[in-house]
Amino acid sequence: MKILVCVKQVPDMESKFKIDSSSKWYDQSDLVYKINEYDEYAAEEAVRLKEKVSGSELTVLSIGPERVKDAIRKVLAMGADKGIHILDNEEHLKDPFQKASAIAEYAKSENFDIIFTGLQSQDRGSAQLAPLLAGMLNYSFVSTVVAFENKEGYVEVARELEGGLRAKVKVKLPAVVACQLGLNTPRYPTLPNIMKAKRKELKTVNIEELLKVEPLIETEKVYFPERKAGGIVLEGKADEMADELIKILKEKTQVVK
Amino acid sequence: MKALLIGESKQGKIEDSTYELVGFAKQFGMESAMFIVAKSDSQIAYDGKVYLADSDKYKEYNPDAHKKLIEEAINKENPDYIIFSHSSYGWDMAFRVAADLKVAPISEVVDYKDGTFVVPCCNSKFRREVKPKTDKAVLTLQGGAFNPVIEGTPQVETLDIGDVEPSVEFIDYEVQEKTGVDLTKAEVIVSVGRGVGKKENIEFEKELAETLGGELGASRPVVDAEWLDQSHQVGTTGQTVAPKLYIACGISGAIQHLAGMKKSGFVVAINKDKDAPIGEVADVFVVADVNEFVPILTKKLKSA
Repeated sequence: MKILVCVKQVPDMESKFKIDSSSKWYDQSDLVYKINEYDEYAAEEAVRLKEKVSGSELTVLSIGPERVKDAIRKVLAMGADKGIHILDNEEHLKDPFQKASAIAEYAKSENFDIIFTGLQSQDRGSAQLAPLLAGMLNYSFVSTVVAFENKEGYVEVARELEGGLRAKVKVKLPAVVACQLGLNTPRYPTLPNIMKAKRKELKTVNIEELLKVEPLIETEKVYFPERKAGGIVLEGKADEMADELIKILKEKTQVVK
Repeated sequence: MKALLIGESKQGKIEDSTYELVGFAKQFGMESAMFIVAKSDSQIAYDGKVYLADSDKYKEYNPDAHKKLIEEAINKENPDYIIFSHSSYGWDMAFRVAADLKVAPISEVVDYKDGTFVVPCCNSKFRREVKPKTDKAVLTLQGGAFNPVIEGTPQVETLDIGDVEPSVEFIDYEVQEKTGVDLTKAEVIVSVGRGVGKKENIEFEKELAETLGGELGASRPVVDAEWLDQSHQVGTTGQTVAPKLYIACGISGAIQHLAGMKKSGFVVAINKDKDAPIGEVADVFVVADVNEFVPILTKKLKSA
């Protein structure tokens, strides 16, 4: 099987964020980057599939500046065979339609049987890339996958629906599979595998070679949402804050008397 | 402006979120029509035209057929906006339609002003204002962001496009076993987020919940880490709750979590990050380390 997994590098969501000077995105300096959480599940599932089906080859792809090579190397250390880095220093200014078409442009001649992605990124969070990519490649598509099993010539997955309901679904190949959190337990790469990953093929392609479309949406501005009107913020000593909170709860709710 | 609203039915019932789409169109003075795959005798409380495809024939989940049916309805209505819920169905369908039509996809809309859409980003730390660059746009609306409108009798037109060869086939629903707690009936919920650090620390929140006669809730990462079972999960993929008092302990406030609890009567957030998005819904925001603050609070409540 030829397998592709697409991963995005995003800031640690616990970081202190600032808006950048253009007011159109967050300031990318002074942030710690890591693999998008959803994509870790996608990477793990891709590695498991590769290990299960002998003769498979797993490629890991990421778009972004030089730093995204760290994300690619991590997935190589998890077990991917080779990496593709689509170099784009202005990745954050591209919309999902553009990124999907760049990946489609790369993937169309590669004939992947299955492409794994995360359901969404933690930063942009639009959940668009995978379905757009599937549409462009004319692949089957299934999202919010929480269980995955490879069968003869097709895959069987569970989709997570709302309110604790799941749907069992049969998916024809080739397919794009968008993975939900909790699909598996992503492995930590071992030290020998980290060392081995350094010798694996990692090819860089410039975004200009693959991107041929204009964006479909335009970001006008980014800003911090407002705090709840009338919300109270308590700061200081834990002991005093607890007294204050109990006083407020007695006044405002009927549950503390 | 004209909108085509893509309703949903699941296990034979019209999803509540369908009426939030109607609410959105009404709130912004858009003309609308609806498309839905549902049982042919479905009672839909909507004052307008409904293109209905029979779920006995087309199944509640059959993306290839649904996409073709939706595109048929788009041809008939020529809408400016094609509007889905930001749900498991919307995630699957909406952007495939956008890819087909090459129109702007905009996810998780929470507000709209003069052709500009407001969407969250970075786990709802920010709001982003986006504008489509195409005449039409495909939107998904965040659950709970718009008030539902449930009224009227529709004019129903049945859609049938013959058989469609499926690439993805629905096998069956699996209902997750309901064990443990029913949070929907709780008056007080003390909810645990990743900020508590480790499983053992949940003892503090458990004791606080017991002291207040409440139940223990959790955010998704806590359930994924198997610190608590899924029956505790609050949010779009867990339970939607509205207790009198909701205490969020070490929960940053991802949008999926907020959607499941923002109708709570009174919300207390305890978090050491003052900028955490949970602040958007918190009546009281206690800036503190949960593992230090919660035991002190419990002790004082016990002796009060």
